[in-house]
Amino acid sequence: MEWSPKDHFEYLVRLADTNLVLGHRMSEWLGEAPVIEEELALANIGLDLIGQARSLYARAIAVNPDGRDEDDLVFLRDTHEYRNFLLVERENGDFAVTMVRQALYSIFAHLQWEGLTRSADTELAAIASKAVKESAYHVRHSCEWLIRLGDGTGESHERTQKAVDDLWFYTGEMFASDDIERAAIAAGVGVDPAALKPQWDETVSECFAQATLERPADGWMIDGGREGRHTEHLGHLLAEMQFLQRAYPGQKW
Amino acid sequence: MNEKNFPLYEVFLRPRNGLAHRHVGSLHAADDVIALQNARDIYTRRGEATSIWVVRSASIIATNPSDKETVFDPSDPERKPYRHPTFYEIPKEIGHM
Repeated sequence: MEWSPKDHFEYLVRLADTNLVLGHRMSEWLGEAPVIEEELALANIGLDLIGQARSLYARAIAVNPDGRDEDDLVFLRDTHEYRNFLLVERENGDFAVTMVRQALYSIFAHLQWEGLTRSADTELAAIASKAVKESAYHVRHSCEWLIRLGDGTGESHERTQKAVDDLWFYTGEMFASDDIERAAIAAGVGVDPAALKPQWDETVSECFAQATLERPADGWMIDGGREGRHTEHLGHLLAEMQFLQRAYPGQKW
Repeated sequence: MNEKNFPLYEVFLRPRNGLAHRHVGSLHAADDVIALQNARDIYTRRGEATSIWVVRSASIIATNPSDKETVFDPSDPERKPYRHPTFYEIPKEIGHM
């Protein structure tokens, strides 16, 4: 299977975009979290994710220099050029929605990072070795909250279950592959997401069982993030994130 | 935030092996497990610790400020100066102690 620097770039940018967008979502909690302790926890998670994204963008630029830098990739691409999972661009909603989204993604991300520590791209493997420790904590933090919310009061249970039901059909996209992903796997650079599914299922089920949450049936799943077909939520997110560079091109901190 | 749902915890960190845990501050948390996670997120952002203790503030048995005279005044150094090792000649060879 053919594997060009452009494919390599694309594979890395997909990983980066998902972490960036979720990291930005976390930053939206600043000043809004239920308690200040949790606000700092959410900000820490957001910073971890944005840090992971930055390393991935830098690596992508190194394997396929096309004249763009990290800022260009982040601030000057429009929604259809973003390659993140739809799950992470969903709005924060209430605290339950944020924590369910985090758990569903972080359980996947942790398995993926774990696999990527053995990537043939040694730079990517190094990024993964650092990220895998961070994602382990994200899993722990979000699952602990799911247990407390799901097995908490009637209202917290209801809201958390609703978040699970609403977000479930975004989870299938994480385990799908296309040609670029298959080429990355064949080249030893990428991880086969389908192979992560059994472990993801097991961890999610354990967490849900403790949280007394019902796992929805795997019905029809939406996808499109890889091809740049996004929900309306991403446009609003980018509008806020990119405002400064759009209004004042080239502005530096 | 209320004390029932988010009780207060005291946080202690041990910076390195061999040192004692030291009180660094407090936080509110839903329960013990979350308290430990919050302590990690709030107090160890810059590699400050190799170990964290958290304890419910309500579990700490403390002296009562109104009891100060009975508890502490008798040991006032002004009253019992002989409890301080200031009456010994320190040989020059020892230097600073």
